[in-house]
Amino acid sequence: MKPVAIVGVGMTPVREHWTLSIGELGEAAGRAALADAGLAAVDALYVGNAYGATYNQQTQLGSLITGRIGLAGIESFGCEAGDASGGVALRAGYLAVAAGAAQTALVVGVEKATDLVGLARNTARGVSLDHDYETVNGATLTAMAALLMRRYMVEHCVELAQFEGFSVNAHRNGSRNPNAMYRNLLRSGAFGKAPMIAEPVSLFDSAPDADGAAALVLAPADEAVDLVPRPVLLAGSAVATDSLMLQERADPLRFAAVSRSTSQALDQAGLTPGDLDMAEVHDGYTIMTALALEAMGFSERGAGWRWAQADGEQLSLEGELPISTFGGLKSRGNPSGATGVYQAAEATLQLRDAAGDNQVANAASAVVQNLGGLASTAVTHVLRAMPE
Amino acid sequence: MTTIDHDGSPLVKRLGTDAESILGEVYSYTVLQDPPEGFAAQAPYYLALIRLDDGTLITAQLTDVASELQIGDPVEMVTRKLTADGARGVIVYGYKFRPLVK
Repeated sequence: MKPVAIVGVGMTPVREHWTLSIGELGEAAGRAALADAGLAAVDALYVGNAYGATYNQQTQLGSLITGRIGLAGIESFGCEAGDASGGVALRAGYLAVAAGAAQTALVVGVEKATDLVGLARNTARGVSLDHDYETVNGATLTAMAALLMRRYMVEHCVELAQFEGFSVNAHRNGSRNPNAMYRNLLRSGAFGKAPMIAEPVSLFDSAPDADGAAALVLAPADEAVDLVPRPVLLAGSAVATDSLMLQERADPLRFAAVSRSTSQALDQAGLTPGDLDMAEVHDGYTIMTALALEAMGFSERGAGWRWAQADGEQLSLEGELPISTFGGLKSRGNPSGATGVYQAAEATLQLRDAAGDNQVANAASAVVQNLGGLASTAVTHVLRAMPE
Repeated sequence: MTTIDHDGSPLVKRLGTDAESILGEVYSYTVLQDPPEGFAAQAPYYLALIRLDDGTLITAQLTDVASELQIGDPVEMVTRKLTADGARGVIVYGYKFRPLVK
């Protein structure tokens, strides 16, 4: 396997893009990443998308987007793992370049959620849960997260307000990111008063569905240095799975797939959690952040919530463990199948020292975590700055 | 309790149809305000994870909740309408759980 580097990134703003189609969004990000890499073409294109079939009545996004970008003919297909679709598309691109099957690959994550609203969108998004045991009973992803959160609060004696810092930190970072969907700051104390979606998960706890596309260009690391000034090494790449259903897990408050994919990716990179300068975690709900930090090895079981104390200052850009550095899912927005690619693109900007107002000083290594469902699929990539 | 008239459903396959009464306790619960299609008329409704007496964990709605609920409360399985399907509104029955009188 050859070492692989990220040599180009492109992102559209995360918004409600009423006037843009899924194809137009994917094309915009893909072209931007190619331009960033200084390439006109690639050998393969992998598309991360979660809900094209149910939001947009559109599949075969590989063919759709290669055609729009003017690359018709190359290998291309869609990759789906719920909200981890972007992460698994990056994994596909990594494997293709590492194996030498493609010299260069473009990874596009895209989601167009606003073709549906209200109940219809809830139904369309529900396909990533287990149909026969969960959605058939009226479950939604938010409700399943709420079940985890209430259990966690009772088992570990944690109050709702103690999760607030995760959201405050996300918005503090997102307020500086022009691509973020919600750039407002969250006032301390507002979290506990927000309208409930599924108790105890409120509007200020849950990441918004959104439209957007992000893209990465991958190339062999030994050639990347000649292509662009600041390539970023994909030092670790791993995907792990857990039961689709919470009800089949021995301990629902352990994200086993997160532990597994994190340790595999870190082992490959030769790093430990303490070596990392920052983390993009899948903060779709604050309970997911707490459980993910525990599973990644940054906290003991039942202690992940402690990172959120004092408005999450230890998670800020200047803190001990910066997370959600461009706003995370909560503030940047969660364009489901694009989210994993946004995370990797944002981490790439950090390691290039090109993150502007969101820069983590001297960031040289980052972990990027993208989850499908409630960590049924866990994708972890470790990125490292390459010596100039 | 009566036999579950839902032959062939995954739950019947798992639990068998001759169960007298299926008991458990609340592992966790939520009140869902933002439902999918087919569930709007019931919203807000309780959704829960139930730990059955045999150790199985199961996702189900709670019904007939009269007083404040706590994790650990004992519940029993009942057959209820889940939703109505299609233009003719064919009723879909399934299992829910209700609190046991303490």
